[in-house]
Amino acid sequence: MPTVFEAPEINWAAIAPMLVVMAGGLIGIVVEAFVPRRRRHSVQVALSVVALVLAFVALVTLTVDNRVKTLGGSVVMDGMSVFLQGSLIVFGLLGVLTMAEKFGGDRPDAFTPMGAAIPGSAYEAAADRAGLATSEVFPLALFSLSGMMMFVAAGDLITMFVALEVLSLPLYVLVGLARRRRLLSQEASLKYFLLGAFASAFFLFGSALLYGYAATTDLDGIAAAITETRPGLEPLLVPAILLVLVGLLFKVGAVPFHSWTPDAYQGAPTPVTGFMAAATKLAAFGAILRFVYVGVEGTRWSWEVGLAVIAALTMVVGAVLSVTQTDIKRLLAYSSIAHAGFILVGVLAFSTLGLRGVMFYLLAYGLMTIAAFAIVSMVRQGGTEATQLSQWAGLGQRHPILAATFGFLLLAFAGIPLTSGFTAKFAAFAPAIESGTLGVVLVVIGVLASAVTAFVYVRIIVLMYFSDATSEDVVAAEASPLTTAAVAVGAVATVVLGIVPGPVLELAAQASELIR
Amino acid sequence: MTFLVTAAAAEPGAAPAYAWLLIGLPLLGAAILLLGGRKTDSFGPLLATGLSWASFVLALPLLFAMLGRAPEDRAVEHVLYSWIRAGSFQLDAGILIDPLSMSFVLLITFVGSLIHVYSLGYMKDDPGHVRHEGHTLSAWEESRQPSERRRFFAYLNLFIAAMLLLVLANSYPLLFVGWEGVGLASYLLIGFWNHNPAYATAANKAFIVNRVGDMGVIAAIMAMFAAFGATDFAGVGAAAAEADTGVLVLIGLLLLLGATGKSAQFPLQSWLGDAMAGPTPVSALIHAATMVTAGVYLIVRSAPIFNNAPTAQTAVAVIGAVTLLYGAVVGMAKDDIKKALAASTMSQIGYMMLAAGLGPAGYAYAIFHLLTHGFFKAGMFLGAGSVMHGMKDEVNMRRFGGLSTFMKITWITFGLGWLAILGVPPFSGFWSKDAIIETAFIGEGIRPWLLGGAALVGAGITAFYMSRLFFMTFHGKRRWSERDYHPHESPPTMTVPMMVLAAGSALLGLILAWPFAETKPIVAWLEPVVGYGGSEAEPVLAIPVIIALTLIFVAIGAFVAYRMYIQEDVPTTAPVGSWGTQAARADLYQEEVNRTLFEQPGVALVHGLEHTDRSGVDGTVGGLATWIGDLSSRLRRIQNGFARSYALTMLTGVVLFLGAVWVMQ
Repeated sequence: MPTVFEAPEINWAAIAPMLVVMAGGLIGIVVEAFVPRRRRHSVQVALSVVALVLAFVALVTLTVDNRVKTLGGSVVMDGMSVFLQGSLIVFGLLGVLTMAEKFGGDRPDAFTPMGAAIPGSAYEAAADRAGLATSEVFPLALFSLSGMMMFVAAGDLITMFVALEVLSLPLYVLVGLARRRRLLSQEASLKYFLLGAFASAFFLFGSALLYGYAATTDLDGIAAAITETRPGLEPLLVPAILLVLVGLLFKVGAVPFHSWTPDAYQGAPTPVTGFMAAATKLAAFGAILRFVYVGVEGTRWSWEVGLAVIAALTMVVGAVLSVTQTDIKRLLAYSSIAHAGFILVGVLAFSTLGLRGVMFYLLAYGLMTIAAFAIVSMVRQGGTEATQLSQWAGLGQRHPILAATFGFLLLAFAGIPLTSGFTAKFAAFAPAIESGTLGVVLVVIGVLASAVTAFVYVRIIVLMYFSDATSEDVVAAEASPLTTAAVAVGAVATVVLGIVPGPVLELAAQASELIR
Repeated sequence: MTFLVTAAAAEPGAAPAYAWLLIGLPLLGAAILLLGGRKTDSFGPLLATGLSWASFVLALPLLFAMLGRAPEDRAVEHVLYSWIRAGSFQLDAGILIDPLSMSFVLLITFVGSLIHVYSLGYMKDDPGHVRHEGHTLSAWEESRQPSERRRFFAYLNLFIAAMLLLVLANSYPLLFVGWEGVGLASYLLIGFWNHNPAYATAANKAFIVNRVGDMGVIAAIMAMFAAFGATDFAGVGAAAAEADTGVLVLIGLLLLLGATGKSAQFPLQSWLGDAMAGPTPVSALIHAATMVTAGVYLIVRSAPIFNNAPTAQTAVAVIGAVTLLYGAVVGMAKDDIKKALAASTMSQIGYMMLAAGLGPAGYAYAIFHLLTHGFFKAGMFLGAGSVMHGMKDEVNMRRFGGLSTFMKITWITFGLGWLAILGVPPFSGFWSKDAIIETAFIGEGIRPWLLGGAALVGAGITAFYMSRLFFMTFHGKRRWSERDYHPHESPPTMTVPMMVLAAGSALLGLILAWPFAETKPIVAWLEPVVGYGGSEAEPVLAIPVIIALTLIFVAIGAFVAYRMYIQEDVPTTAPVGSWGTQAARADLYQEEVNRTLFEQPGVALVHGLEHTDRSGVDGTVGGLATWIGDLSSRLRRIQNGFARSYALTMLTGVVLFLGAVWVMQ
C-alpha cells in the first residue's frame, strides 16, 4: 500500500464546462455583494447567460473530443456525460431566461423580495417597499446546475453523493422563494428538504454497504468486484444496490418515492418548477444510467424485476393520479412522474439503443417541460398565476397563439406523432421491446398509461377551446422577449424533434458510449 | 375499326405553351375574387366576366391554327409537367387540344362568357323593385348584396376553369380533377342561397348523388391502371385495341356509372331537379349547357374502350333511351318552369347518351346535339330567368300567362329556343335531333325499333311539354293580377346574351350540318377523333320516312298542347290529375325508390353501428374511464400533504422493494 498521497491527474479541458458554471456562480455571489442593487438583476442575468454560453462553447470545443476519466476516476467525461451536460446547459439557459422574467414589473416576478422574511410580516412589506429582489437565485441556479453536471459524470459513489447534495441544496432554497402563496412555497421547500435528506440517507447507507462489499466506491471497482466471489459478503450486495437506487429514484420522482413531487412542483416558483422538472430529472437519470450500466449491471438479474415493478407503478400511478388533478402545476407534476416511468422503461432495455432512447427522451421532455411551465407562469388572474384548471376555460378564444402552443406541448406530452414526445417514446420503448418479455410487458403498460394521460391532456385542450370562460379577467401576461424566447425554443424544438428527429437521434447514438 | 386507323395516324404534335392560360385565367379570377376579400367587390364581377371572355379570345387562335392543319394533324398536346411518378408508372399533366376538346372549349367559353354578362344584370338588385322606407331586406334581397355577387362570380370563374380542365385534360386522372372541380362549383352554386335550408339540402343531394358516379370514375381509372398500366388517353387507347373484352366492358360500365351521375341519367337522375335551387344563370350554364353534358364527353372521349366493348356500348344506348323518355314524362307534369326545363335537359342528354351509345355512327351526332342543345337550352333558361326577374321570382307557370306582350325580347328569344328543341326545320334542333333519331334506327333485329321508337316518341312528348311550357308562360290568359306583379323586360345585359343564344338556336344546326356539303361539317370536323360518323348501313326505315314521322309526332305534341293550354283555361292550382300525372309530378317516385332501396338500409346500418358503438365500445371505454377516475380519487387520499406520511410511504416502499427482491432470491 502506498503511503504517499499522490495528486491525481487533472484533465482541465475535460472538466472546463463544469468549472465555468461553478465560476459563474461564485462570481455571482461577489456580484451580489458589490454591485448596486439597481443593476444587480441585469448583471446577474447577463453573467449567468455568459457563463452558460461559455460553458457550452467549452463543451463543444474542448470536452467533446477529450473523452477521458479524470480526477482519479471520479469524473468520467464520456459520450453520455457530454450529451447530458450539453442538454443541462441548454435547460439552464432556458431556465435562467424564465426566472429573469419581470412581466413589466421592476424585479423578477416569480421571486419574493426577501426570502428570510416571515410571510405577511412587516419586515416583508418593508423589503417589498425598498424594492429588494432575490437576485441570488441566479448563482443558486448555477450552483445547482454545476452539481447536476457533476452528477451525470460522477465515476464513484462519493463524487456522486457530493454532486447530489450540490445540486439539491440550492434547489431546496429556490423552491422556497416564491413571491406569492409564500407559505405554500416554504412548506414545499421544507418537505422537499426533509424527504430529500431522507433519500440521501438511503443513498449513503447503500454506498456504505457497497463499499463494505467491494472495498471501493469506484463504479469500475464495484463492477469488477461483482464478477469475483466475496465469501460471506454476498448478502450485502443486492440490498446495497437497492438502497443506492432508492436515493436516485427519489430524485426522478419514481413511485413510491414520488410524494414530494406534486407538493414541491406546486409550491415552487413556476420557473423553478420548470427548471427543476427538466434538469433534475435529466441529471438523476444520468446518474441512474451510470450506476446501473457501469457499476452493477453484472447482478441485474437479481434486481431488475424490482426496478421493473417500480417503473410500472410509476407509470400507472402517475397517469391515474393525473386524472383527478385540478391544479395545472400538480397535473404537470403527476405527468412528470408518469414520464419518469416511461424513461425507466428505456433504462431497463440495458442496451446502447436504450441509452440513446433515454438520452433523447430526457432532452425532448426537458425542452417541452420548460416551455410548458413558462406558459403556466404567464396565465394570470388578478396578478397571480391562474393555476386552477377551471381558470383556463376558454383561454383559446382570448389567447389563441398561447393556447395553441400549450395545446401543442400537451400533445407532445401525450406522445402524439409529429411531436418530439412521440419520437422520444418510440426511441425509449423500441429497445425495451427488443430486450425481452419483461420489456414487452412494460411497454404495454406504458402505452396503456399513455392513453390515460392522453385523456388528461386532451381534456385541457377541450377546456381551453370548447368551454366558455368562467371569468373574464383570466389573461396571459405580456411576456418579455426572455420568456417568449424560452417558450419559442421549447416549442420549436418539440416540432423539429418530432418531424426531423434524425440529426439529434444520430447525435445521441454517437454519444451512447460509456467509459468503464 | 376506323377509329384505330386514325388514332395511329394522329401522333399529337405540340400545342402552343400558352394554351394552359385557357384554364389559368378563369382560375386566377376565382382566386382573386375569393382571396381578395371586399376590396374586389367593386370590380370583381367585371373582372370575372373579362377573364372568361379572355379565355374565349385565347381559344380563337388555337381554333384557327387547328383549321390550318390537315385533319389528321389537328390533335396537339402540351405537356405541363410530370405529375405522377411511381416506379415504372409515369403520368404527365398535359393539355390535349383536338377537335373534340376544341368544340367544348368554344361552347364553354362562349356560352359561359355570355352567362357571365347575363349574371351582371341578373344578380344586380332588381331595378323594378321599389324599396320602401323602413323596408328590411328579405333574405333573397340580402343575398344579392355586393359581396355575395363577388362570391357568385368567383364560383362561376372556378366552374369555367374546372370545366376547361375537364375537357382539355390529356389523361383520365387529370380529367377527374376537372370532374371534381365542376362538381364542387356546382355544389357551391346550387347552395349559393344556402340560408334557405331546402337549397342547402339540394346542394348536398347533388353532391352526394354525384359521389356515387365519381366512385365509378375512380374505379374505372383504377381498373385501367391495373389492366393497362396507363391512364392517359393515348396509352389507354392503344392498350384498349388489344385488351380483353371483359375488362373493357367492366371499365366501360364504370365510366357509364360516372357519366350517369354527372349527366343526371337514369338511375342517378334525382339530383338535377333539385339543383334548380341555384340562381338561374347557374342552371343555364352548369345544369343545362355544359357540366351535365360532361358524361357525354366522357363516353365519347372513351370511344376506344366502348368500340371494343359492345355490351357496355349497348348499356349506354339503353340508359340514354330510358332517360330520354323518363325526363320527357316528368317534364309533362311539372308546373315549376325551371324544373320543367331541368326535366327537359335530362331528356335531351338522354338523346346524346343514346347517340353516344350507337358507336362511331353516333359520336359526332351526340356532340352535335350537345352543342345545339347548349345554345337553345341555355337560351331558354336565361329566358326563364328573365321571366322570373320580371315576375318577382315566381316560378309557377300556373301564375304566368300572356307575358308575350310585356317582354317581347324574352318571348322571341325563348320562342326560337322552343322551335329549336321541338326540331322544327330549319332550326338547330331539327338537324341534330333528327340525325340521332335516324342513326338510332340503324341496326338489326328488334334493337333499332326499340331505340329508334323511343327517340321518336320522345320527340313527340318533348314537343308537347315544351309547347305546354311556352304557352303557359307567354300565351293564354293572364293568371296574375296587376296589383301583385309588374312584368317588365329585363335590362340589356340580360337580353343581349339571350339574343345571341337565340341566334345560335336558330342557325347553329344549319351551319354545322350544312345540307349542301358532301359530309356534314360537324362530322368531318370530329372525324379525326371519334371516327367516321356516317355509317354505311342504312336505317331500317327510309330517311324521309323517319323525318316525316318525327315531324308528325312533333306536330301532334304541339297541337295537343295548344288545345289544352291556349284554347282551354289553365287552372291556377294544379288539378289532381290521373295517376300518370301524379306519378310524373312526383318524378316517377324516384325519391321513394331511392329511399327504400338505399336510404333505409343505410340508415338501419348506421343505427346498428351506432348502437354497437354506444353500448359496446363506448360502454367499455366509459366504464374503464370511470374506474380509473375512482381509482384516482382513492389514490389521491394517500397524497395528504403530511411530510411524515410521505416519509412513511417511502420507507414502506423501500421495505417492500427490499423484501420482494429478497424473497425472489
